[in-house]
Amino acid sequence: MIRLQNVSKTYFTPGNRGGVEALKPVDLHVPKGQIHGVIGLSGAGKSTLIRCVNLLERPTTGSVTVDGQELTGLSGDALNQARHRMGMIFQHFNLLTSRNVFDNVALPLELMGIKKAEISERITPLLELVGLADKTRYFPAQLSGGQKQRVAIARALASRPRVLLCDEATSALDPHTTGAILELLQDINHQLGLTILLITHEMEVVKTICHRVSLISGGELVEEADVGDFFTAPGTRLGRDFLNDFLELEPPRTLIERLEEAPGTHTHPVVRLAFSGDTVSTPLISRLARECGVDVSILQAKVESIQDRTLGLMIAELMGDADDTRRAIDYLETHDLKVEVLGHVQRDA
Amino acid sequence: MSSAMLELILEATLDTLYMVGVSGLISALIGIPLGVLLNVTRPRQILAQPVLNGVLGIITNVGRSVPFIILMVAIIPVTRSLVGSSIGTNAAIVPLTIAAIPFVARLVEGALNEISPGLIEAAQSMGATPWQIIAKVLLPEARGGIFTALTVTIVTLVSYSAMAGAVGGGGLGDLGIRYGYNRFNPTIMLITVVILVIMVQGFQSLGDYLVRKSDHK
Repeated sequence: MIRLQNVSKTYFTPGNRGGVEALKPVDLHVPKGQIHGVIGLSGAGKSTLIRCVNLLERPTTGSVTVDGQELTGLSGDALNQARHRMGMIFQHFNLLTSRNVFDNVALPLELMGIKKAEISERITPLLELVGLADKTRYFPAQLSGGQKQRVAIARALASRPRVLLCDEATSALDPHTTGAILELLQDINHQLGLTILLITHEMEVVKTICHRVSLISGGELVEEADVGDFFTAPGTRLGRDFLNDFLELEPPRTLIERLEEAPGTHTHPVVRLAFSGDTVSTPLISRLARECGVDVSILQAKVESIQDRTLGLMIAELMGDADDTRRAIDYLETHDLKVEVLGHVQRDA
Repeated sequence: MSSAMLELILEATLDTLYMVGVSGLISALIGIPLGVLLNVTRPRQILAQPVLNGVLGIITNVGRSVPFIILMVAIIPVTRSLVGSSIGTNAAIVPLTIAAIPFVARLVEGALNEISPGLIEAAQSMGATPWQIIAKVLLPEARGGIFTALTVTIVTLVSYSAMAGAVGGGGLGDLGIRYGYNRFNPTIMLITVVILVIMVQGFQSLGDYLVRKSDHK
């Protein structure tokens, strides 16, 4: 439904002849009905990426195809027609302060030249969908942040788009409201089969509604995975950093100070274990002690639900001699656990 | 006070209102579009035209830097060709309007600058054309600011119109100078000043009311 091929964006400013490459050539494909998240830190190029999809930023290279239509070749009326089939919501909602809720939602329909009577017919169900049917005459200033974003969502849906672009749509909202807005987006995805591309810096957003996730850094898409896989085993350092920050699963500080990179003659490995699905409920740790003769000292542990999957994470010290601990790690890996050796600590410390 | 004097004051008041009203109306009709043009042709705006913007900016600045009293006499030939005379209220309207147009334009441009770029971006994402953005986003969102701009302009025009007396423009300023100053009649002087103060108060209150009514922020 959305396909970016070799899309890049370079900003040329008078002071900088070579330009600033905000987005390096990226490829991205979002199939129909999918919710795809692009996560990255501020300045990573997320905003540029999503603005390239509806050509708010014209890509320097590459092509953008939405719903089978190549957009980069379009301009003027043809581009505006294509934009009618894409909705967009923003971090700061961007509602017109001079219009009430009803008239804000009516704006895209007015732009399309739809008659007043039909506009009314189309808006009522939309306001019901977002739960604001009783607030049609309110002005944005009278609404809370979450309500404003609901209006913005109704507005984005008014033109019956195939695609919804979400630019940090929940970043200005409190956690509770974020949850409610995400739920609404998920409903829309289910009910209308709408394809959603969102950018965010919040793992919570990815975890809650995304099917697939791309990681962006320095203007490049460095990793792409199904959300379940990403949360169990991120493929990049940055992915792990995001995950660890999100799960707050870092080894205790006192342990980090003692951690050595290479094993010594009298050291124990410290490992991070990630397990998902059935293994969560298997008593692996006690089996490890029985079958490999290794004691396990659990330093931190956590179980998270990532959509329909359960994810367990643990940081543990494997206490045994070198052979036993190596066998223990093999044993864990054969049971589909993701094992990462963080380092080694002196035995008697 | 004689009834002739009262009639004179009434006539002068109406003359002032006429001059201010007509020049205010024409300068709004030309100044608001000019202000919009100044805004939308700026670099990175929806109809970016840096050269046109630069030229318009210079013309506007020239218009604003010429002192009104000089403008008034300098454009007498223009005035004469437009209204057939260089004295009287109609003649005063020409320089008043010409002085007010760049004034309105800059104030309107400023009011439009206050609009969040996010709103324009949102409209663009909905497929709005530049004209639709002007009509449905820029002007409605800046309505309060535009009313403020027009109020400031009208109040300025009231005081400028008093200067029009210098070219025989009529109105309260003319009356004040001729009867109050030249004929040593402090009562007339005081009355004209009081009427001007009331007029300014009235316009300001009306402007404030319109700004309040259009502001939903």
